[in-house]
Amino acid sequence: MSWFVTYVRSSIGAKHVMAVTGLLLALFAVAHMIGHLVMFGGRDAYNDYAHMLQNLGHGGVKWIVRGGLLALVAVHIGAGIRLTSLNKAARPVPYAVFRTVRTRPWAKTMVWTGLAVLAFIVYHLLHFTAGQIQPEYFHQLDPKGRYDAYVMFVRGFQNPAILASYLVAMVCLLPHLSHGLKSLFQSLGLQHPKYDGLINKGGAGLAVILFLGYITPPLCVALGVIKLPGA
Amino acid sequence: MSEPESNDKPLNLTIYVWRQKDAKDAGGLVKYDLKGVSQHASFLEMLDILNEQLVGKGEEPVAFDHDCREGICGMCSLMINGRPHGGFPATTTCQVHMRHFKDGETIYIEPWRAGAFPVVRDLVVDRAAFDKITQAGGYITANCGSAQDANAILVPKDDADRAMSAAACIGCGACVAACPNSSAMLYTAAKLAHMHNLPQGQPERMKRTLAMVDAMDAAGFGNCTNHYECEAACPKEITREVIAMMNRDYAKAALSYREPTAKSDGAG
Repeated sequence: MSWFVTYVRSSIGAKHVMAVTGLLLALFAVAHMIGHLVMFGGRDAYNDYAHMLQNLGHGGVKWIVRGGLLALVAVHIGAGIRLTSLNKAARPVPYAVFRTVRTRPWAKTMVWTGLAVLAFIVYHLLHFTAGQIQPEYFHQLDPKGRYDAYVMFVRGFQNPAILASYLVAMVCLLPHLSHGLKSLFQSLGLQHPKYDGLINKGGAGLAVILFLGYITPPLCVALGVIKLPGA
Repeated sequence: MSEPESNDKPLNLTIYVWRQKDAKDAGGLVKYDLKGVSQHASFLEMLDILNEQLVGKGEEPVAFDHDCREGICGMCSLMINGRPHGGFPATTTCQVHMRHFKDGETIYIEPWRAGAFPVVRDLVVDRAAFDKITQAGGYITANCGSAQDANAILVPKDDADRAMSAAACIGCGACVAACPNSSAMLYTAAKLAHMHNLPQGQPERMKRTLAMVDAMDAAGFGNCTNHYECEAACPKEITREVIAMMNRDYAKAALSYREPTAKSDGAG
């Protein structure tokens, strides 16, 4: 085995892989949320933004980012599942009585919240990237001849089932990010009494900001604050 | 630990003890009723009393690890009511006293549970996996013979204190027992940190980190998921800071350590 494979398969190296891929995915989540909030700018601004993303570098950047994200998700989930199964195997005979005092529910359920978010990502891509969920709204054009991402967004979240599945996914993402954003610094060895407090509060705070940033535009659609053009 | 109000009323207890003939036996919890246990008895003395009664009845006594009974040797173990060493702050099982239990209480006593710590008999587990980790690098290379001047290598007091805090590890295995993943990272990291906070530990720092982490992985311990049950369970109150140091060093070592070459044994 090469030194790199040995490293990433080791107990600590695998944690570094989880931490780095998790951090990059969280950074994507921040950028994606900011884009999401452009919905408040109205149809023209949102479609402009969507058009810009689609055509960055003559459409090449989009494919590089998609490829990178896919690789990050695959590695993050693959390493996570491998570590979870190794951890289960490390205690073949369970305790009859076992009490934990520090473990938080979100730390214990990382693999499940993670898999729930994965299921959502697949659905989300089928909906907004592949156009398989509401195909009737997928290829509509706005008056300027651009894909009407704004209308697709509003039509999507006007559907109660789609809105509900989205909210459930965000409720799973919140604890996953809250534990992950704090935990990754310890995994990478970036721990110091001077900035421990910042990491703990900042990690949880960023997770809450992402949660609120993600649920606000769809809820505004449901509440009629964000409307279809002319409605 | 905070001392509960003590009176001299003897305790009647229901005890479930893990009994297992040998490594191959499936084992199971066995219930014992123990009457008239003094509140002044230590937890291990309570087991001694149980064993006297079992021997009196011609039954096999319960096997459990113990040695100094002063909280410093690391031999005693025991999962008491689901917590290593009973879950009292900075306390080993031998320092737990029966006044911490109530009359009529049911107590569950189990061995440490980890694939890397196989049960030898009853409550005794084989902790040789820890020895293998330490054998892989828990030492420094030094010339034997005449001792050098005591003050030739200056050690700042803060560094010495940090090294000493890590060296307080008695290798009992409570960290592994408490970890939901049976991870040995607190133990391994403590052994590394006690050398890596000192100048004497620096020359072999990278090589040692790689060797001891590899030995830890090879022994079949789980992986850290940052729950910090280990530091809560550690009778010597070693903190997760040592794990962060190991995590940092392991990345540096994996990315930069070079095996010595055949030509590196001297200039000219």
